[in-house]
Amino acid sequence: MKILVTAKRVEDPESKIKVDAAGKGIVKDGLKYKINPFDEIAVEEALRLAAKHPGDVVAVSIGGKEVHEQLRHALAMGATKAVWVNHEGPLDQMGVARLLQKIVEKEKPDLVILGKQSIDDDQNQVGQYLAEWLGWGQATFASKADSLDSENEKNKVPGVIVGDGAKTVDVIREVDGGLNRLRLTLPAVVTTDLRLNQPRYASLPGIMKAKSKPLEEQTAQGLGVDVAPKITVTKLSMPPARKAGIKVPDVATLVTKLKTEAKVV
Amino acid sequence: MSRAAITDLYRIDDLLEPEERAARDAVAQFVDREYLPIVGKHFRNGTFPMEVVPRVAELGIFGAPLKGYGCAGMSNTMYALALQELERGDSGLRSFASVQSSLCMWPIYTFGSDEQKERWLPGMARGKLIGCFGLTEPDYGSDPGGMLTRARRDGDSYVLNGSKMWITNGSIADVAVVWAKVDDEGPQSIRGFLVEKGMPGFVASEIHGKFSLRASFTSELSFADVRVPAKNMLPGVQGLKGPLSCLNNARMGISFAVMGAAVACFEGARDYALTRKAFGRPIAGFQLTQEKLADMLQEIVKGQLLALRLARLKDLHGKVDPAQVSLCKRNNVKVALDIARVARSIYGANGVTDEYPPIRHALNLESVYTYEGTHEVHTLIVGKAITGLDAFGG
Ligand SMILES: Cc1cc2nc3c(=O)[nH]c(=O)nc-3n(C[C@H](O)[C@H](O)[C@H](O)COP(=O)(O)OP(=O)(O)OC[C@H]3O[C@@H](n4cnc5c(N)ncnc54)[C@H](O)[C@@H]3O)c2cc1C
Ligand SMILES: Cc1cc2nc3c(=O)[nH]c(=O)nc-3n(C[C@H](O)[C@H](O)[C@H](O)COP(=O)(O)OP(=O)(O)OC[C@H]3O[C@@H](n4cnc5c(N)ncnc54)[C@H](O)[C@@H]3O)c2cc1C
Repeated sequence: MKILVTAKRVEDPESKIKVDAAGKGIVKDGLKYKINPFDEIAVEEALRLAAKHPGDVVAVSIGGKEVHEQLRHALAMGATKAVWVNHEGPLDQMGVARLLQKIVEKEKPDLVILGKQSIDDDQNQVGQYLAEWLGWGQATFASKADSLDSENEKNKVPGVIVGDGAKTVDVIREVDGGLNRLRLTLPAVVTTDLRLNQPRYASLPGIMKAKSKPLEEQTAQGLGVDVAPKITVTKLSMPPARKAGIKVPDVATLVTKLKTEAKVV
Repeated sequence: MSRAAITDLYRIDDLLEPEERAARDAVAQFVDREYLPIVGKHFRNGTFPMEVVPRVAELGIFGAPLKGYGCAGMSNTMYALALQELERGDSGLRSFASVQSSLCMWPIYTFGSDEQKERWLPGMARGKLIGCFGLTEPDYGSDPGGMLTRARRDGDSYVLNGSKMWITNGSIADVAVVWAKVDDEGPQSIRGFLVEKGMPGFVASEIHGKFSLRASFTSELSFADVRVPAKNMLPGVQGLKGPLSCLNNARMGISFAVMGAAVACFEGARDYALTRKAFGRPIAGFQLTQEKLADMLQEIVKGQLLALRLARLKDLHGKVDPAQVSLCKRNNVKVALDIARVARSIYGANGVTDEYPPIRHALNLESVYTYEGTHEVHTLIVGKAITGLDAFGG
């Protein structure tokens, strides 16, 4: 089974983000970057599936040369090939999905797994556009019934289950108050939620091997995709700073303040 | 990984290859997620977390600089960066990895027969088999040439008698690389033997009462007429240069690793000083505290550059001069120990408890100061390189 996954480069969630002077972007200086955590879950899921249903796992990333770092990370985890869409400049979710659509048409995977969203823009759109434009079935927010402490998780059992003859996949989605099970006819698009799996570490031998795995370059122009954004960011602002809490001397004061100041009781 | 940007003031990161950074970050993530949350408990109880051994093996750290036999075949720099992260967690796991890789797998790889390599290396790389290194004796530490342990040839075996002291991993090891003099000859007759767990007459017992490296097992090994097949002798080396070359190899990693403990102490103390208030303001705002933090950072930057250069020299030439290693071990362990002690002081009374890491690192580093050649012995090695005069005898 051939699986295509995404490996977007995002700001490390633990770095301190500051809005730049123009108010339309963030200060990049001194920031650390990593693979979008939801994409890392997608890579992990693909590797688990590939261990049971052998085939290539192709990782795709869009951006400048710096995204090689995230592609190498996916390769170090175990992906077999990387595709780099060399693109500088702004890109909206439709642009990303158009580019991915072209790569999917070239690579012809049986399954595409993406993060449900990237943690920088938090849009949650690409997987949906992609499935729509490919005309494929989609299951968003893939999760699983086992907990992340279960034996199955330790044994790296995939949460996405491939049906007999590899014609379908079953996906569990967490919905309010329960689990929603979907069966998709392949090829299909799946997007990952946080509890689908705990990604493996890139091992040191894996990192060494990744250096010699194939990394293919594409461009928007070469793929014949117009990526001129239809959406532009007009303003970014920091959330208001949290005010320091106060200490109250006793319960009576607390109750009074809840009534008169917070007006919650 | 949330490395404070200030810790890398000199952008040493830019001196690393992308895969070196990737390797370091993978190990850092493991340490943050799986080792730091449990190590305090193990230090308190005086136990070693065996459950992390398979995880460290999965990361490919054991025997990482060796080629083949399931080892990663990576550069010494990459390996040393991995050790630095383990030590940022605790010196216990880093010591385990150093002993397994540099003191046990390395001599088997370098001096062993094909049969010995096949038998031990793949299992040790996977963390299924554990090794230890027996050189120090109750009466001979800095001066191993005086060792009393003897191996007497008897048919196609050797019969070992004697004891070894302060042996990391001794009581959990499947194989011990034991150095012994053959018959009653001098240091030139020293040979290495692979003594296997369960061989009659071989006993490993744990040493209790340590205030240092508590999250690591340290043992005494005793040999009473232990019959070791001659094929278990390392064929490729004879004399003191056997054990000393192992140590030279391990010390390179250790010199780099201790900077991890220093970084943990520096970053912890900085965060603590920014939030802890005295006299109405954060203690980080006092000149005396700032001097402490500035001294720490300055020594970390210098120590990391020194260690990186040493690792690169080893990658470039395949080996490093003992004086180069001694200078780095001597400097880096000393500054790491000083940093841990000063960090401890910034935590005030909190710093004397195991709720905060500096005292654990400070206590660990007391062992690191002594093992792998004491600070004083390294001074003498550098001194001899400078003057050409041997001052070991007085
Ligand atoms: C936790 C721990 C783990 C260890 N693990 C291992 C292991 O796995 N395998 C192993 O073989 N060993 C191990 N060791 C032993 C370690 O290598 C020795 O402790 C070390 O070599 C020093 O030997 P010693 O303790 O006998 O001290 P001594 O040699 O007795 O030295 C005592 C003091 O005298 C000083 N001194 C000695 N000679 C001179 C001189 N010529 N001039 C000036 N000063 C001198 C020393 O620097 C030291 O300060 C370990 C030790 C510890 C604490
Ligand atoms: C084992 C033990 C027993 C103790 N027994 C007692 C006891 O019986 N009774 C009792 O009352 N107390 C006791 N103490 C508490 C002890 O006196 C305090 O720990 C000490 O006064 C330091 O206070 P602190 O721990 O809050 O550190 P902090 O005051 O928070 O100081 C933290 C760090 O900031 C530094 N610092 C603070 N102000 C400044 C400044 N202006 N300029 C520069 N640096 C500054 C300090 O030197 C220290 O390095 C005990 C402590 C210990 C560890």
